[in-house]
Amino acid sequence: MSEELNQGLGTANRAGNREQTAAERPPVSPNGLDKEVVLAIRNLSVVYPTREASIVAVNDVSFNIFKGELLGLIGESGCGKTTTAMAILRLLQPPGMIAGGEIILAGKTDLVKLEGAQLQAVRWRDVALIPQGAMNSLNPVMRVHEQIGDAIDAHVTPRMSRDEIKQRILTLFGLVGLPARTFDLYPHELSGGMKQRVCIAMAIALNPALVVADEPTSALDVIVQRIVAQNLLDIKNRLGVSILLIGHDMGLMAQLADRMAVMYAGNMVEIAPARTILTEPLHPYTQLLIEAVPTIKTRKPLKLTEGLTHDLRYPPPGCIFQSRCPLVMEVCRRVRPPLKETKPQHQVACHLYDALQ
Amino acid sequence: MSPPLLDIQGATKIYGGGFLERGRRVVALQDFDLIIPDKPARIVTIAGESGSGKSTLANLVLGFTELTTGRIAFEGTDVTKMSRADKKVYRRHVQAVMQDPYAVYNPFYPVRHVYDMVIHNFRLAETKEQADALIESALNIVGLQAKEILNKYPHQLSGGQRQRMMIGRAYLLKPRLIVADEPVSMVDASLRAMILDIMQRLRDQNGISFLYITHDLSTAYQISDDIVVLYQGRIAERGSTTSVIEQPKHPYVRQLMDSIPSPDPDQRWDLQVSLPDDEALRAHVKSGCRFYPRCSFRMDHCLASQPRLYAVAPSHQVACYLYENAAAAEPTGTSDDSAGAAA
Repeated sequence: MSEELNQGLGTANRAGNREQTAAERPPVSPNGLDKEVVLAIRNLSVVYPTREASIVAVNDVSFNIFKGELLGLIGESGCGKTTTAMAILRLLQPPGMIAGGEIILAGKTDLVKLEGAQLQAVRWRDVALIPQGAMNSLNPVMRVHEQIGDAIDAHVTPRMSRDEIKQRILTLFGLVGLPARTFDLYPHELSGGMKQRVCIAMAIALNPALVVADEPTSALDVIVQRIVAQNLLDIKNRLGVSILLIGHDMGLMAQLADRMAVMYAGNMVEIAPARTILTEPLHPYTQLLIEAVPTIKTRKPLKLTEGLTHDLRYPPPGCIFQSRCPLVMEVCRRVRPPLKETKPQHQVACHLYDALQ
Repeated sequence: MSPPLLDIQGATKIYGGGFLERGRRVVALQDFDLIIPDKPARIVTIAGESGSGKSTLANLVLGFTELTTGRIAFEGTDVTKMSRADKKVYRRHVQAVMQDPYAVYNPFYPVRHVYDMVIHNFRLAETKEQADALIESALNIVGLQAKEILNKYPHQLSGGQRQRMMIGRAYLLKPRLIVADEPVSMVDASLRAMILDIMQRLRDQNGISFLYITHDLSTAYQISDDIVVLYQGRIAERGSTTSVIEQPKHPYVRQLMDSIPSPDPDQRWDLQVSLPDDEALRAHVKSGCRFYPRCSFRMDHCLASQPRLYAVAPSHQVACYLYENAAAAEPTGTSDDSAGAAA
């Protein structure tokens, strides 16, 4: 736990019983890294039932989020990355629902099984959200400190005094680089970047183990985006919080992520350390994504790709990417490739690497 | 020599300032000059962050809003003084492709409706066969198949398909200029290249110029010939795209370039950047350079008056006093020659 947040703010930690004894510690990761798994997602599926057929928005996805890492979840719009994040927070909008799988928090609690008050206790205190449009997620008629105070008040028992809450909010402002005068302002008096930082401050208010950030900078200008991105890195390094960053900007992910997970049409296709994804991507879809990144370094001919994503209601048998894959083989049309570890820490779901296992 | 395709001189747009809102004037665009030559066709990028005036410029060129002062001429004719017939030609020759390919369709009609409307309104075809042939050729340009797509509803198409449909619609009218306002910002990475490629092909094969409005300098670098970078309604820097992007001069443009996240893991951001407190930003710079509050090279005389455009290279100009002397050494460049985009 961070020094900064604990100063004068011990109450939240006393309430949030995250101090664990060695025996309770969650299992270490299977690939031999001595890292704690904060959140383990096992065979998660999310479906949206429609009259004709169910749309499988997330199909049998498994991955770990380790303590203190920033995991980038990347993919095109509609690939299921936001749905995965919302499922983790149990904030899926009906008719969307979790059709199967487990979301294990700290090796103990299965979030899928929680209901009502139990769920409320976990949200914000253990898993917090930085929403996509920070501009629109703040209440326009409440002052900034009232909103953050509300979140703290609702999730901390025993209740903190007003002075304690004020102290805590000011500490949080310091962490995200907001001036103290922000305390008494209304959201419309803040710039987009400041609003986003208020949302970050709110997300880390209770020192959660995991923060889910859904495209937190997508509506910001590049210079402001860079500052907000630095704030995210800063809280990761200083608080040791794990961050699941949802996005589609490869450049931004390259700057921030420790590991990246690539999704396509509801399926996880590749997971590896960020550098590996960027320099030695294995899955043809990841390769395509990397090649499509425009740069300001060299002027190169545009790389064109044809092909359409299949109708999500009727996924083809076999590999999910077959209709757009330049290297498609006969086996891809029949057998769905499982996500397998081909190299240490590098998992890919592609038949090209069947021989490597 | 034929007059330039588009000739914008001293364009200024001020919002507000009416009877009820005295004192609340917003200068969205000030003293903007741009020339797009008659031939050959060019892709001209207008870049800037939100609030820089780039969409105001698009609206002005498309005739959605009127200039406060200044002049926009299309093929030599002032657009405010056009006759009805001229205006119709102008409306046909200047087309728009908007940012959000989801919002421009009426969800109740199949997508062929947008094509039918255009053909009907501009009387492009006499018979249904002619109309079908026109639509077919427009769709071929953007790589779509008529029979696969025309009878679908907008929600059945992907974002990339919808955006290509819009470019195809614009092409149907054989325009001379397409104003593309952030055409790829809502399209997925792998389809972005396809849209940009269509723009390049329309320029090279069909002689259509583009006003490419964007905040994304990297795609601008890939496809455009000239670039104008706006900051709070004024030109900060302009010139040939390669010159401006490869050797940015204005402190703002340099900061912008530094903030573009690089996909290279060996080029992680090292230095922290910070913006001054918003209070300082809002402090109205009455005269002088608008970038002053955020500039790390600011000098006293930056506040005295607004810097004019100084030439730093042939077809590369910067509105910054740091380059005052560079311009003096090179007497050919003057502030108000509008060679920037045209040269």
